[in-house]
Amino acid sequence: MEKLVFERPFIKKLNSGMPSKFGLKTRMEPITEIDEVSVKELIDKYGSPLFVISEKTIRKTYKSAERAFSTRYPKVQFAWSYKTNYLDAVCRVFHKEGAWAEVVSGFEYEKALRNNNPGDQIIFNGPDKSRKDLELATANGSLIHIDHFDELYALIDLAEKSEKKPKVAIRINMDTGIYPQWDRFGFNYENGEAWDALNRIMLSGNLDLVGLHTHIGTFILSADAYGKAAAKLADLAVSLERKYNHVIKYIDMGGGFASNSNLKGAYLPGSDTVPGIDEYADAISSALINSAIKPDNLPLLILETGRALIDEAGYLLGTVLANKRMADGRRSTILDIGVNILFTAFWYDHNIRPAQPFSEHSEETAIYGPLCMNIDVLREAVDFPPLKKDDRVVINRVGAYNMTQWMQFITMRPNVVMIDEKGGVHIIRRNETIDDLVSLEKLPPHLK
Amino acid sequence: MKIKKNIAVSESGFVFDPSTGESFSLNQVGLELVELLKQGEDFDAIKKEILEKYDVDEISFEKYYYDFINSLNQNQLLED
Ligand SMILES: Cc1ncc(COP(=O)(O)O)c(C=O)c1O
Repeated sequence: MEKLVFERPFIKKLNSGMPSKFGLKTRMEPITEIDEVSVKELIDKYGSPLFVISEKTIRKTYKSAERAFSTRYPKVQFAWSYKTNYLDAVCRVFHKEGAWAEVVSGFEYEKALRNNNPGDQIIFNGPDKSRKDLELATANGSLIHIDHFDELYALIDLAEKSEKKPKVAIRINMDTGIYPQWDRFGFNYENGEAWDALNRIMLSGNLDLVGLHTHIGTFILSADAYGKAAAKLADLAVSLERKYNHVIKYIDMGGGFASNSNLKGAYLPGSDTVPGIDEYADAISSALINSAIKPDNLPLLILETGRALIDEAGYLLGTVLANKRMADGRRSTILDIGVNILFTAFWYDHNIRPAQPFSEHSEETAIYGPLCMNIDVLREAVDFPPLKKDDRVVINRVGAYNMTQWMQFITMRPNVVMIDEKGGVHIIRRNETIDDLVSLEKLPPHLK
Repeated sequence: MKIKKNIAVSESGFVFDPSTGESFSLNQVGLELVELLKQGEDFDAIKKEILEKYDVDEISFEKYYYDFINSLNQNQLLED
């Protein structure tokens, strides 16, 4: 006789139909496969923990974002925000879909070049560009987004000595009604600093002003804020045309669209509160089309969307290491997934789901990572079914920022695989080994 | 260690404790254990029964059994 599946025995007190602090119960479903590839087989073959990226989901998400904008505005271009996930395979899927590259360091710039992006399709953002970076970007005709006056003057100086005119835009920060206002990057709109910078560029004569850029923040839940930002950039474009008869080629609205993840402290799940991509597209397109920019001069609209294009495509698979009762009787479950590889656990209440079927019983559980550190908490308290040692879990929506901000701390970073559109599985970053790590170290002779 | 005799246990795993007015739900394995405990079976008999029926090894069973007993105790379902 075939034996029955053993689930940890379990008793739960019933609270006479009152919603608990977790709200009314919603049925949790296991995630047993990703793009029809079994989670169990993935872990058996590639180890645990394991990052999994769905190429199909990336392409689907990209296409729907592209459609949302291009059905509302005549000229649209996405530029893939490298810092969100700069694994080459991920970048190349975006580039194949037509995205340019958006980078914020010399390292990311090199990566964009190695991924075969033409120089003039790389946007170079951020406060940290060395003289060498600026020279290279100028020689390649890349789009340099100036962050501060020191950089502006460095570029004017560089331009005097170089054969090519640097192609530049400025980053502009502004009040769009959202809090906190990101005012540490770029030049301020309201106090006139942005207009000063634009005048300085136009009067220098040796910089080619091609665009205007803003990035109002990240995980912005108000589509309206984008409308306000686009209107302010359009105003500057109109002023430039009026004063200098100069028409800019593009307006770059940066990134910041929210994904469906659950931000910590939010009362409702992300999927209930986050504006859809259509709402953002509507706000931005309407603001530009309704602005005083002449129809013939409508600029290319660039978007540097990061999180909203990749979060959904990333999964993190893991294994239960142990279960424990805490002093107060609460259950805790320890996973092999720590905050060292799931950096976004600091911002999000991640959705952690069993990878195998389970009964409808559940219990308040704290979910911890494997690190011998008090900070290693994935969920403080979540209504969770009883899992046993060696059971598998899947955390979804982890594609953004984890595979770049992860730390080599206490444990090594695991394999990352991509499932292609035909269901083929490819390692796109192999797990680190102790040899990888110690090869960077050097012992002084007296310690050998 | 004995389970309270007066508690009512339904086939679907619903438990009512008339002495406190509290009710509880059990999962399948929990229900089975509570029934065996109510019949007065000792640990060895219960272990034998469960190992025959379910896909679980001895050590895991022991671990989860004692954890379960602990939670019965916490919910005041054991006799002093
Ligand atoms: C300049 C710039 N563009 C784009 C992005 C991508 O942002 P998000 O992932 O919020 O879309 C960022 C991230 O902070 C950024 O700084």
